Amino acid sequence: MANDKSNFQLITNGILNENPIFRLVLSMCPAVGISTTMMNGLMLGVAVLFVQVFSSVTISLFKNVIHPRIRIPTYTLAIATWVTVIDLVLAAYLPEAYAKMGIFVKLIVAFAIITMRLEMFACKESVNDSFWDGIGMGLGFMFGMMAIGFVRELLGLGSLMGYDILGFKPLLFFVLPCAGFFVVGLMMAFFNYIELAYKKAKQA
Amino acid sequence: MKNIMTRHIFSLLLLLILPGLAMGQDLVTAKSFGADNEIIVSFSQAVDPGAVANTANYTVYEEPDPDIRLQVEFVVVAADQMSASLFFSEPLNTTQTHVVTIANLVPAQGPATFTVAKSYLGYLVGILVSALLINNFVFTKYLGLCVFFGTSKRKDTAKGMGFTFTIVMVVSAIMSWFFYQYILKPFDLNFLQIVVFIGLVSLTVQAVDTVLRKVNPALFNSFGVYLVLVIANCVIIAVPLILADNEYNFLETFMLSLGAGGGFLLALYLMSSVRERMDLANIPPTFKGVPIAFIVAGQFALAFLGFSGLQIF
Repeated sequence: MANDKSNFQLITNGILNENPIFRLVLSMCPAVGISTTMMNGLMLGVAVLFVQVFSSVTISLFKNVIHPRIRIPTYTLAIATWVTVIDLVLAAYLPEAYAKMGIFVKLIVAFAIITMRLEMFACKESVNDSFWDGIGMGLGFMFGMMAIGFVRELLGLGSLMGYDILGFKPLLFFVLPCAGFFVVGLMMAFFNYIELAYKKAKQA
Repeated sequence: MKNIMTRHIFSLLLLLILPGLAMGQDLVTAKSFGADNEIIVSFSQAVDPGAVANTANYTVYEEPDPDIRLQVEFVVVAADQMSASLFFSEPLNTTQTHVVTIANLVPAQGPATFTVAKSYLGYLVGILVSALLINNFVFTKYLGLCVFFGTSKRKDTAKGMGFTFTIVMVVSAIMSWFFYQYILKPFDLNFLQIVVFIGLVSLTVQAVDTVLRKVNPALFNSFGVYLVLVIANCVIIAVPLILADNEYNFLETFMLSLGAGGGFLLALYLMSSVRERMDLANIPPTFKGVPIAFIVAGQFALAFLGFSGLQIF
């Protein structure tokens, strides 16, 4: 199946039109669980980007030899292999960040977004397109995680990426674990608001 | 002549009794955890309050770390001298077995050593309750959210998903435990954890699917659709990883998986009850659907924060 989108369009598609967190509402667990700082979001985003790109390319390479009936277990095994790789690499080279993210690195294996992209895109498209789609989706996830981390870190700790910006802590509530639900819910409502206003303006 | 006989019998008796006394088993009759930082010890006879109250006579450590000694802050001896309370400067980790040694308790005897642990049944129930409420996987660990928001629109769906999930959870956790203890650990294959566990989960789901289809088609028709969703739930892979990290034994594994599944069922049921009501409410268009569900889940999470610090046993 030919794909008429350019590489650039594939990337922006992942970041904006089909943003995994805000648009597809997939992979919510890390978005709520460890998005307390921008740094956490960036680190997990890099890990997901890596797994998404490599498993997309793997599946795209072998798409013609995978029997359709066992495709889901095959996807799972491919993802699990790449998650193991990134898990061991992070544990060896960035032990501090790894300890902060805890079990979530290993849980990338169960992130619905990756399996979904393999099923929807990589098993039909060429290796090149799958690669760029993987990058787009990974960046989209990273962008979503960092946006939530931005709000929570700025409002909760008054800092960004660990650097003190405001000099005081406006609302400590936002770094409480359960505030993740509120922040994600409010941000989604905010994006909905923009979309509704945009549609109204278009109609008028 | 009779005098010598008595003396012999007496020394024989002493020989029989002394080792027992020296091990201290008879002297300490009961021991338990009291408050956060307290261990209560009861003795079979009145003891020397001076020796018992001397904190230098104690060595206390958690069984896994004999090198880390816990410092006894002070000791309160009861009025009848039959029991004493040991107070520590910091709260004790009561899930661990503590080994206590008291030197010079009774003059001319070796130190008395004994272990203090919670009752095992209480500990097991503690794991279950903790996974259900205190560390509820959805509201305090933020796992399994995709499926949680996807299947909590109707009560029937929520119940079906919750029960299916609990069954698959228990079966796959027990299988993962066997694989981890008897294959991964002995052969040093720990780095294969993720691959093996996710494989086992998919296998269990496939097996439950096949068995249910043959044995009870009616049940399959109502629950079958949820089986596919189970694989996409992070809780199902988180539990094997947690039990491997904590080196749980078989019973603990069973309790943890039951608690995780039950907790998920509880969360789904609570959430679906609210969402059914929300259908009737007038919600601003920007919040319709997922955003308002997130806000409600946040309020549930706040409420579940209240369970933290809950200790039953």
